[in-house]
Amino acid sequence: MADAGMLRFHVPEPEVRPGGTPDFSNVTIPKAGSVPRPEIDVDPRTIRDMAFSIIRVLNRAGEAVGAWSGLLSDQELLEGLRHMMTLRTFDARMQMAQRQGKTSFYMQHLGEEAVSCAFRRALQPGDMNFPTYRQAGLLIADGYPMVTMMNQIYSNEADPLKGRQLPVMYSSKEHGFFSISGNLATQYIQAVGWAMASAISNDSRIAAAWIGDGSTAESDFHAALVFASTYKAPVVLNVVNNQWAISTFQGIARGGSGTFAARGLGFGIPSLRVDGNDYLAVHAVAKWAAERARANFGPTLVEYVTYRAGAHSTSDDPSAYRPKAESDAWPLGDPVIRLKNHLIHKGVWSEDRHTQAEAEILETVIAAQKEAEGHGTLHAGGKPSTRDMFEGVYAEMPPHLRRQRQQAGV
Amino acid sequence: MPRRTMIEAIRDAMDVSMGRDSKVIVYGEDVGFFGGVFRATQGLQAKYGKSRCFDAPISESGIVGSAIGMAAYGLRPCVEVQFADYVYPAYDQIVSEAARLRYRSNGDFTCPIVVRMPTGGGIFGGQTHSQSPEALFTHVSGLKVIVPSNPHDAKGLLIAAIEDPDPVIFLEPKRLYNGPFDGHHDKPVTPWSKHELGEVADGHYTIPLGKAAIRRQGSAVTVLAYGTMVYVAQAAAEETGIDAEVIDLRTLLPLDLDTIVSSVKKTGRCVVVHEATLTSGFGAELVSLVQENCFYHLEAPVARVAGWDTPYPHAQEWDYFPGPARVGRALFETLEA
Repeated sequence: MADAGMLRFHVPEPEVRPGGTPDFSNVTIPKAGSVPRPEIDVDPRTIRDMAFSIIRVLNRAGEAVGAWSGLLSDQELLEGLRHMMTLRTFDARMQMAQRQGKTSFYMQHLGEEAVSCAFRRALQPGDMNFPTYRQAGLLIADGYPMVTMMNQIYSNEADPLKGRQLPVMYSSKEHGFFSISGNLATQYIQAVGWAMASAISNDSRIAAAWIGDGSTAESDFHAALVFASTYKAPVVLNVVNNQWAISTFQGIARGGSGTFAARGLGFGIPSLRVDGNDYLAVHAVAKWAAERARANFGPTLVEYVTYRAGAHSTSDDPSAYRPKAESDAWPLGDPVIRLKNHLIHKGVWSEDRHTQAEAEILETVIAAQKEAEGHGTLHAGGKPSTRDMFEGVYAEMPPHLRRQRQQAGV
Repeated sequence: MPRRTMIEAIRDAMDVSMGRDSKVIVYGEDVGFFGGVFRATQGLQAKYGKSRCFDAPISESGIVGSAIGMAAYGLRPCVEVQFADYVYPAYDQIVSEAARLRYRSNGDFTCPIVVRMPTGGGIFGGQTHSQSPEALFTHVSGLKVIVPSNPHDAKGLLIAAIEDPDPVIFLEPKRLYNGPFDGHHDKPVTPWSKHELGEVADGHYTIPLGKAAIRRQGSAVTVLAYGTMVYVAQAAAEETGIDAEVIDLRTLLPLDLDTIVSSVKKTGRCVVVHEATLTSGFGAELVSLVQENCFYHLEAPVARVAGWDTPYPHAQEWDYFPGPARVGRALFETLEA
C-alpha cells in the first residue's frame, strides 16, 4: 500500500497568485460550433458529457457557427450589443458615483454583460427571474428605466424601495425581477418554489434561478436541485461561474466535481456549460432550457463560463489575490468586443458606428444620472422619510411599531 | 357543537381554508399520502389532490424556501415543519427572506405563508423533539407568532394565519394535541371531548391575531402564559387557592399589551410562565413591558418561571418542565414579596 501513514489535509489553490503570470491553460476551450444541439425532449442520461464541455457559437473570426447558431436576427443582435454597452456604461458611471460619495456601494458586471442581457431575450413576459446582484442586464434588456435603477442606487426620494435596501438590490415584479436579498443562495430554492406554483396553477410561465459559483456551496443550492428534480419544476437553474467569489477562486466551492454543471447530474437534471462571453451561445442555451421548462420537461442547469473582470464590489481590491493581467489572459475574451466583431463581420456594424453608439449611450446614461441626482443622492438632496422606515414591515402596522414610530417623533 | 381534538381542529382549519381558496397549498415531510406524523393533514391529499397536498423532501430550508417562492407567485402555502426542533435549517429563509420580503421590496412582493410546527415538551421527546423556540421568532421584525392553547382557538387562529397577508409562525404545543395537559404527568389528561374549549364549530371562523384571552379571572396576581403553561398556571392557582388571573396570550407577536396592562394594574402583581429556557426568553420581553407600563402599580417584583437553561433532557423531563408546583411557589413568593 503506497502512502499509508500520516494523513494530509488538502486545500485547493488557484494556478496563479499576484506577481505570477496568468495561466488558463487548464481551461479547455472546445471549438465554436463543436457541441451538438439535442432535442428538448432528450433523455438527460444521454447528454451527461455536455456538463463537461462548453457550448460556443462565435469563433475567433467573428463567425456564428454550429447547431446553436442562427436564432437571432441582425436587428436583435444589434439591440443586444446596445444592451451590453449600456450596462457597461451604466456600471462605469455608477462606479464613479460611488467613488464620488454619491452612494455607499456598487457592484459592476464588467466582462459578464452577455450572461444577463442575452438570457433576458430567451424569456417571455410574465416569467420570473430570481437574480443575484450581478444580473442587472435582465432589467436593462427589458427596458426598465435607468433613472429608476439609479434612484434605488442613490436611495433618494424617488427610490422605489424607499431607501430600505442596499444599492443594486433592485425589485421589479413587472419586469420579472424578484427582489434581491443580498443573502446568498436563498433565492435559488425560492425560484424553484415559484416554478412549482406555476405548475400547480397550470400556468405557462416559468422561473429562472441565479447563483454564482461560490454560492453553489450553500445548502439552499442543493435543496433547490432536489426540489426541482423531484417535482420537475419549470425552472432554468443558472450558475454564473465568473471564477472568483470575492477573493476565493472557484475551486474552493467546486471541489472535485470538475465543473459546476456536473452538480446537476446526480439529480438527473440536464446540465449544460456555455461560453458566458458569447451573446449568441448564452441566448441559444437559455432558449433551449426555457423551451424545455415550458414543455413540461422540467429543470435545466446551465453553467455560464465567464470571468469577473472587475472587482467583486466597490469594497474589494482584486490585486490582493489575483494577477492584475489575469482578465486580459481570459481565453473567452470580452463579450462586447466579440459581438461587435461578429456584427462587423456580418457587414451590419462598423468601428465608426460603434464609437458613435458609445457616445450616444454615454449621453443617455448621463442624462438619466442627472435626472436621478435631481431627486437626491445618499448624502445630499431629497431622501426617503424616517416615516418610510417604519412602513411596510407588515401589511398593517402593529401597535408596538406605531408606538415606536411615535417615540421617533414621526 | 362538535368537539374535536387539537389535531382535528388544525386539520379542519386547513380543510376549510383549502376548500374556500384554491391558492392554499399544504406540504411538508410525511404530510401527503400519510397525513403527517401527528396526522394533522390526514385525508387532505385524498380530498384536494396531489397538487394541493404533497410530501416534501427532508429539507426544511427547501420547504420554507419553496413556500416563499410560491407566495411570491401568489399562492398561500401552509407548510409543516415536523418538529419545531427541526426548523433551524429553515431559519435563514424565515428570518432573512420571509420576514423581510414585503419591506425590502416595498410591497412589490409579499410573503403570505404559514409555517406550522409542533412545539414544547412533555412527551419524552428529549432535546430534539421538545424545544420551545418562540423567542427566536418574536425577535424578528416582519413575523407574526402564534401559540394556540386549545382546539377552538387553534382552528380560528390557523384560518386567520392562512388568510393573513404576512408570514406567520404557528407553534402547536404538541402535549395539548389530545387534551389540556396541566403538568400532572402522573394523572390522566381530560380529553378535549370533555372540555368546553374542545368545542369547535364547523365551517369557517377566525380568531383575530394579537388578541389575548383571560382564562381565569382573579384579583391577587396576573399570570402571563401561553400554550401548555396556560393549564399549568390554572392548576397552580387552583391548588394553591391563590386568586390568580390567568391570561392566555395566544399571539406573542403582535402582542395584546392592553389586556396585559389592565390586568396587572388591577392585581399589582405578575408572574410570567413559559416552557422555553429562561435566559433571553420571551418572558424577558413580557417582564420589560410590564415594568415599563405598570411600574407604579406593582407591589412586588415580576417573577419568571421557565425551563432551566439546559438543553431539554430526556430522563429528567419532569425535573425540567415548569410544572404546577414551581408555578405555585412563584405565586406564593410574589404574594409575599
